[in-house]
Amino acid sequence: MIHINALTKSFGSFKALDNISLNFAKGRTVSLLGPNGSGKTTLIKSILGLVIPDKGTISINDKQIGNDWQYRSHIGYMPQIGRYPENMTIGQVIKMIKDIRKDNVQYDEELITQLGVDKISSKTMRSLSGGTRQKVSACLAFLFSPGILILDEPTAGLDPLASEILKDKIIQECNKGKLVLITSHILSDLDGITNDVVYLQDGKLIFYKSVDELQHMTSETKLNKMIASVMRNEHAKTAHV
Amino acid sequence: MKTIMKYVVADLIRNKVIVVYAIILAVLSFSVLSIDENPAKGLLSLLNVTLLFVPLISILFATIYYFNSIEFIELLLAQPVRRNKVLLAEYAGLTISLSLAYLLGVGLPVMIISPNLAAITLLMSGFLLTLIFTAIALLIFVLFKDKTKGIGAAIAAAMFFTLLFDGLLLIFIYSFNEYPIDKAVLGITAFNPVDLARILMLLQLDVAVLMGYSGALFKKFLGTGTGSVYVVVCMLFWVLLPLLLSVRVFRKKDL
Repeated sequence: MIHINALTKSFGSFKALDNISLNFAKGRTVSLLGPNGSGKTTLIKSILGLVIPDKGTISINDKQIGNDWQYRSHIGYMPQIGRYPENMTIGQVIKMIKDIRKDNVQYDEELITQLGVDKISSKTMRSLSGGTRQKVSACLAFLFSPGILILDEPTAGLDPLASEILKDKIIQECNKGKLVLITSHILSDLDGITNDVVYLQDGKLIFYKSVDELQHMTSETKLNKMIASVMRNEHAKTAHV
Repeated sequence: MKTIMKYVVADLIRNKVIVVYAIILAVLSFSVLSIDENPAKGLLSLLNVTLLFVPLISILFATIYYFNSIEFIELLLAQPVRRNKVLLAEYAGLTISLSLAYLLGVGLPVMIISPNLAAITLLMSGFLLTLIFTAIALLIFVLFKDKTKGIGAAIAAAMFFTLLFDGLLLIFIYSFNEYPIDKAVLGITAFNPVDLARILMLLQLDVAVLMGYSGALFKKFLGTGTGSVYVVVCMLFWVLLPLLLSVRVFRKKDL
């Protein structure tokens, strides 16, 4: 569904992405992991066309994205930090995004009711807490039931209840045959929802493996243990050399 | 583009700074116009208010607003819309709101107390200045990554056009006063939108000679009619050039 080929991006002398090639298939939930500054957000932003890569190509549904913009109607994006015009109400923000994406009139408003966003739709964005703003962002990402969902730190700042609702929604959408890309530092939140793990460090791809493979390799059951074990092995390998 | 613009305006007309800006302008206009019996003098004072405040407020407010909207612009750009449409919609929304504040704040009192051609010219120059400095703010926004540096650049630009430029022009005129520099001075004024706005107004007020060298030159060489057209065309270039440049830079900008 998404095909990334030899993607490279530098900011000045800093290499944010170094020759990354990846393939994402539909019906999978892929976690992008890695320390701060490893290039996760740059990768996501490249897919969204927010960052323009130096080299390499990205194809979505077999079409190269280049200067095209229509491909984004297949994508729902939930940003890491949601900031909206201060004096707009929640209802207005949702209405606006609906107006912008006129091509789609079938709305998935399940999250809006489940997260209780519909009950506070007349509140202005200025008066909302960070967590509530995250809820609005989540609702907007799922609203058009797009084929690809890109979620940047979706559970950071959400209360446990909302976080569970969102996780259930992610599993449900993935089972419908959608592709979900998630970045998160909270590995325990990704347990049970993720199928594949992409690990980036200093802009380089360290590994891209399914959770089953990782489980097999490390004989651990928790995602954070698996990752830690793999990283230890990698470290040991490089140390020997 | 219209959709985004509509919501930006809806957000901005409830913005406290915009409301306060309109109220202060209205209070100033009413008091200045009712102090003096001669409405032309009142208009001249309002011109000075316009020339000082409109560039400064427009460029500062717009720069801060653009930088504060960066996450929102990102979200919009993740939707199926063109990049330049999002940028121009933000510009249009800001310009409409700031112009509305100016036209209500200054326009309403002026039109009630002394409705004439000079008053309309004053509003026109204020309106054009708003368009220009909001466009320059947009250019600053796309050129700078950092908000603080952007605001610094905005203040520097406003100071350059309202204060520094005239000083430099004066030095130029003094140093070359033995040469025929009339036409050169005419040309140089086109590089400062604030001077252009001042000239546009003064050509209407019959006090062109009082405002010094460049005003007198305009009157002498171009006359009121041609002079005004020339000034307005120059000012429209000052709107278009920053806008076109912003769109070009924004096309390749990483967010």
